[in-house]
Order: sequence, then structure tokens, then C-alpha cells
Amino acid sequence: MAVKTGGPAVTEVDMTPMIDVTFQLITFFMFVLNFSEAEQDERIQLPASQLAKPADGVLETPITVQLTAEGGVLYAGEILPVGQIGRSLKQEWEIITAAGKDPTLATVIVRADGRARTGDVQQVIRICQEQGFERFALRALYKPE
Amino acid sequence: MARETPKLRRRERLAINMTPMIDVVFQLMIFFMLTLNIVAPEGDFDIRMPQTKSAGPPTDELQLPPIRVRLAADPAGRLLGIAMNGEPVADFAALQQRVVGIIEAAVESGGAAADVELELDCDEQLDYAYVVQAITAVSGRVEDGRVIEMIKKISFAPATADAE
Repeated sequence: MAVKTGGPAVTEVDMTPMIDVTFQLITFFMFVLNFSEAEQDERIQLPASQLAKPADGVLETPITVQLTAEGGVLYAGEILPVGQIGRSLKQEWEIITAAGKDPTLATVIVRADGRARTGDVQQVIRICQEQGFERFALRALYKPE
Repeated sequence: MARETPKLRRRERLAINMTPMIDVVFQLMIFFMLTLNIVAPEGDFDIRMPQTKSAGPPTDELQLPPIRVRLAADPAGRLLGIAMNGEPVADFAALQQRVVGIIEAAVESGGAAADVELELDCDEQLDYAYVVQAITAVSGRVEDGRVIEMIKKISFAPATADAE
């Protein structure tokens, strides 16, 4: 008498551990996701300070000026000499005014490299002052002791 | 011919098709991986410097004269020396101690720590990192994990200031 054999064997892979790990990964990425458009550039190595705690709220009308170690100003994706940022800042002033906001309340965020010359930082501030800006924020890397 | 009864029927397994869910989960994971942007925490030191600001004596009699901190540099930009109101200071820790003393004296004489102003007079070639160290030393201190604010009115000396 012929023995009837069963059908083709189905190998079942247990997917549970993989799905668990995948969900863990998704949760991790969701928590570390940051949609803020912080203007950061890896060419700028900010000086560190234990008191430079991140601001609680968002600055109203921030203008970011980034100063490289070589003394160039990173502005709108290009490097300009410090002396040439006056025109760009004037445009910023006009844009803020056209938007119906008070430009004197705008904050100029100075992201200067730790190796930059202090004279260049002061020149940036001076040019901003000439355009009428009064509020400045010197940005540093928060590094608790 | 024997008829198959329900008792003898082979047990059926309810198989859920996981493929669409796994597809979506992997899509989500790839999205989050690609949009991952690790931002280092940054903070600001606020400085209010209108153009009319001058280093002259205070107009208000009750207003304290600004503390003048001078940071001298060598040609390479390294810090050469610190001086506060003309007196040399050993390092930033000593500078902080002196500022604490001034603030305590101001509070004892009826003033407020918020009234104390400080003006930084730095050599142009000085590395900016030293300026941030000086601002850190005078703007606050950390005690038992708590930040105690000190001077908030910090400004740069005008470029026309006489260098020592």
C-alpha cells in the first residue's frame, strides 16, 4: 500500500522580534526628530559655554550672521567679506519693515567661530548698528561642566 | 464512501498578511532616518547695543559706572592678560570673584545687580573664544547645579577707545 505523503512543508519565519525592533527604531527616530530650521554650519565651530543655555522661546525676527575663523561672513549661502554685509542687512531691514514689524526689535544672532578675531565680531556688530539694529545675541555651544 | 465529518476536518489557521504593514513600517523608518538632524544645543548671550551707546559717565546719579574689563592679546590671538578697571586679574575665575564682590557691594548700598554694567575692551586680534569665556565669567555662575545670574548689561567698548 502506498503511503500518502503530506503537502510541501511551509517554513514560517517568526516576524515578531523584527517588528518589535523596527517599532523601537521608529519610536527613537520620532523622538530625536527636529523640524526646527536652525541655521547651523559645520564650518563654524562655536565656542563653548556652560551658561549658554538654549532659549525658552523662539526669537522674534531673528537674523543670523555667521562668522568664519578666517573672517568671512556666511550669509545666504555665500561667504562675504565682513565689510560687504551692510547691503544685505539693509535689505533685511527693509523686508522686516515691509512686513509691518519693528526692525529695532529684531535680534541679530552672531554665530562666530571661536578662532575668529574679536575685531571682526565687533565690526559685524558695528555694521548692524549702522543699519539700526540694536539687539544682539552672541551664540555659543551649550556645554555643561 | 465515508463522508468527511466536521470533526475530522483539518484545523484551519487564520493567517494575517503582514506584508503591507511591514512595508509601511519600513517606509516610515527610512523617512525618519533620512530626516534625522542632530542639532547640538546652542544658547545665546544677549547684548543690547544701540548705536548711541557711549562709554561716557552715567547720566543718572544712582547709576553705577560700568565695569571695564580689558582683554589683551598677543599677535597670534592668544590671551595675554586680563584687567578689570585697570587692575590686572589672574584668570577668569578671579575675574568672576571680583565681579561677585562688586555685585554684593552694589546690593548692600541699595542698588541692584541688574544695574551693574560691564564693558568689554578687547584687542582686535583676540580669539573670540576668550570673549565668550569672559562673558561666561561675568554673566553668571553655577552653584549646586543652579545658575545664579550676575551682570546682564554687557557691551563692547567703542572701537575708538584707547588701548592700554
